[in-house]
Amino acid sequence: LTFKQAQWDEPLIIERSSEGRVGFSLPSPETPSVNVTVQLLRKRLPKLPELSETEVVQHYVRLSQQNYGVDLGIYPLGSCTMKYNPKMSDRVVATPKLQDLHPLQDAESVQGILRILYELSGWLAEIVGLNKVSLQPAAGAHGEFAGAMIMRAYHRRNGELEKRDEIVVPDSAHGTNPASAAMAGFKVVEMPSNQEGCVDLEALRSSLSHRTAGLMLTNPNTLGMFESDILEIAELVHAAGGLLYYDGANLNAMLGEAKPGRMGFDIVHINIHKTFATPHGGGGPGSGPIAVTKELERFLPVPTVERSGDKYYLDFERPDSIGKIRSFWGNIAVLVRAYAYIMMMGRDGLEKVADISVLNANYLAKKLSEVRGLELPFPEKLRKHEFVLSAAKMARETGVTAAHLSKRLLDFGIHAPTVYFPLIVDEALMIEPTETVSKQELDKTVIAFSKASAEAYTNPELVRDAPRNTAVTRIDEARASHPKTMQLTWRRGTQSA
Amino acid sequence: MMEAHPYIPNSAPVVKEEMLRDIGIRDVHALFQDIPETIRMNSALELPPRRCEMETRLQVEDMLSRNSSTRDITSFLGGGVWPHYVPAAVDEIVARSEFITSYTPYQPEISQGILQAMFEYQSMIAELMGMEFANSSLYDWGTALGEAARMSARVTGRDEFLVPHYIQPDRLRTLKTFSEPAGIRIVEVGQDRRTGAILKDDLQQKVSSNTAGVYIENPSYLGFLEPGAKGIGEIAHEKGALFVIGADPTSLGLFASPGELDADIAIGEGQPLGNHMNYGGPLLGLFACRGARLLRQMPGRLIGMTMTRDGTSKAFTMVLQTREQHIRREKASSNICTNEALCAVAAAAYLALMGPRGLEELGKLILANSTYAMRQLGGLDGITVPVFEGQHFKEFVVRFDGTGVAASQVNAKLRHHGIQGGICLHDQFPELGQSALYCVTELHTREQIDQLVSAMKVVIGERA
Repeated sequence: LTFKQAQWDEPLIIERSSEGRVGFSLPSPETPSVNVTVQLLRKRLPKLPELSETEVVQHYVRLSQQNYGVDLGIYPLGSCTMKYNPKMSDRVVATPKLQDLHPLQDAESVQGILRILYELSGWLAEIVGLNKVSLQPAAGAHGEFAGAMIMRAYHRRNGELEKRDEIVVPDSAHGTNPASAAMAGFKVVEMPSNQEGCVDLEALRSSLSHRTAGLMLTNPNTLGMFESDILEIAELVHAAGGLLYYDGANLNAMLGEAKPGRMGFDIVHINIHKTFATPHGGGGPGSGPIAVTKELERFLPVPTVERSGDKYYLDFERPDSIGKIRSFWGNIAVLVRAYAYIMMMGRDGLEKVADISVLNANYLAKKLSEVRGLELPFPEKLRKHEFVLSAAKMARETGVTAAHLSKRLLDFGIHAPTVYFPLIVDEALMIEPTETVSKQELDKTVIAFSKASAEAYTNPELVRDAPRNTAVTRIDEARASHPKTMQLTWRRGTQSA
Repeated sequence: MMEAHPYIPNSAPVVKEEMLRDIGIRDVHALFQDIPETIRMNSALELPPRRCEMETRLQVEDMLSRNSSTRDITSFLGGGVWPHYVPAAVDEIVARSEFITSYTPYQPEISQGILQAMFEYQSMIAELMGMEFANSSLYDWGTALGEAARMSARVTGRDEFLVPHYIQPDRLRTLKTFSEPAGIRIVEVGQDRRTGAILKDDLQQKVSSNTAGVYIENPSYLGFLEPGAKGIGEIAHEKGALFVIGADPTSLGLFASPGELDADIAIGEGQPLGNHMNYGGPLLGLFACRGARLLRQMPGRLIGMTMTRDGTSKAFTMVLQTREQHIRREKASSNICTNEALCAVAAAAYLALMGPRGLEELGKLILANSTYAMRQLGGLDGITVPVFEGQHFKEFVVRFDGTGVAASQVNAKLRHHGIQGGICLHDQFPELGQSALYCVTELHTREQIDQLVSAMKVVIGERA
């Protein structure tokens, strides 16, 4: 468990600046220079660093060494599906044949990419069991917004938008669900989970009404448990006149096992950067395609990718579309990686993804639930790709909380789980190992938890003061967000904030 | 095919069996038995069979090779995504595996690298825009505009947002999608047919106590600069509305920044800063603002610089998370979670390489090349260029009415010369007749511009 992250004490890049240094070279002018009216000109050059290329590269490589990624080890953030990103996928997109394509080129010059997008749309529709896909959303939350806008368009077309102004979400939902629903103009009705952490059918019945536009749900839910009543849930929502929305954050466990379309979902978003192994890039770019039923096809964002004979094209003639949700057609470089990934997995490979991601989660759940101070709520229920532990017992007995424990894991070179989510579990540690982690790495994770637990019961200060082996020790978060000390740029403090 | 898969270590049968035994389960399928039979798939997914890495790579590369990129044909397309040179060092930096395979930095102590890079990005964008704060990215310019309108409405409690007539179509449609559910009305302000300048009279008439924000683009979608930007800001501010400016960052080494023009919110597209065009995505939404009142309503992630608790070193972490969806849920300032972080790192690395002088020089080069192209094309009979009189940067409108050839025909014929012409504007702006938007950057050589002019001569039937 020996781990020591690089500590470069790297200055801000602006602090490395020396006047007159350059990190660029531009072509010599071949065309006459142009004078511009002075009123239009910038008065003061921006305060950017002046550095040679050597210094810029060293700066960022040093920073990268102070950053933990999937290529370094387990990254078990629950609901984030931090799986290994195949190198092949990164390689195939690093070509001028993709990088130097402009989105408005004539269709005949981009048949290759259009075909990839068309086939990928078809594959994704098949995987989730729905009819048609839009590849445009840039992220899961963006897909949720597009999906909620489709609910809006559907109810408007039925003349019911005025009265259907509520979207129901479980109290265990990802924060993006209520935020996306609100952004699309809906009121959010939060529904309490039952004793087993699943949808409470009684609570659902009382949440549904003639005002219901839809229900947003992830399945398996954020506790990693399959909503076994899903068909009944779908029936209730549909009977109330609402639509059923599938948050695809947890799709990994369902690949080749069960399709959201068969569960009764009308709209699905797919987190390409989770399930389909594209790199998350420190927060993005991702991609969040949506899939819908035949009935909702007409509302998809414009344009869609279509085929006529052996020609591929973008279809802008979609009068009932919700319109544009972004510029151009989607996060294409991300989507092409997913295309290559699905091709390399094939149907049997994707089933293995689901199987082993669930096996890994159950294996780890069993081992970690035996660690002193940790409990697995609802132990009798099966888990899928992820599970949530409670550190409440440890917190009670030692004062070491889920947050403390997670910081101590960093010291062992293990990324912490998602903490304090879902909100329905006290001192929650939400853990998703994914299928790309080896048994050895899982076992190492168990040892790290056990060690941290033993420390909590013998030397709690050691855990509460963690981490020490990371690039920096525990951060002063209060200072970071306090109006008097908050600093958001190198220009100056934010006195006015 | 082997039972084990290269990305799935525990798919090796021996390991898998050992794990199953360990947790007392006979078969993985037992872990799925809570899924009702009626839902369980009883046949395989209808997908192509698994291929090996070599086959996959060859197949995807073969498919991509069927595209003609802007290296195969000389392209004059811009209008929201632009061809610019990406230094090799930028590609190298964003390919660092510790950056590319990391997640949103929820554990800051082990994620200082990406956090510091994002803090520096925020600083550089704030500098470039001449604003106080910048967030750590939105999806693209279009969604940044949508967020700017919604933020203006939240801050002012008003429900009208004014936009210029000449605006990129995707941007306008995205704005409308974002605005409609928030009950924000989009009102168009006219622009002078001769200069492109915002019509002050029209603006005065439309701006009111309902106006949440007044938006202009500088340079505009059609490439001309707005000569009266400050005055527009004054009119907006007099009525208590916010002034929002959209800008192309490659213009900002040379032309006045949104901050210098008194903008309250500055937005733009960051793709030209070290990001490839990639057929239109991923892009990079720039978003900056000033003042504490606006900061609290800002969408997107923010990184702050602070100290470690023991006070021994500087440290970076996400701040003001109470604006965001994972804390605030339906009351969040935006639903955004995953953003365009790695594209922001590319932009930061690009700006660090260019520095203030590089950016200024880049601006001058683009200005010289695009002005040269305007002059050369303007010398052809029947062609009007530029259509607007104002100062242009990078892009300009070419009007073909005097040639008797439709803009789409011009493009079809240019293709035979290995040239991709500009964006046809007729559908969106019929008053511009048969015209197209041309884009010229530092990537275009004088020879390529001369080739365009020669080809154009032939295309419009003028004797070469």
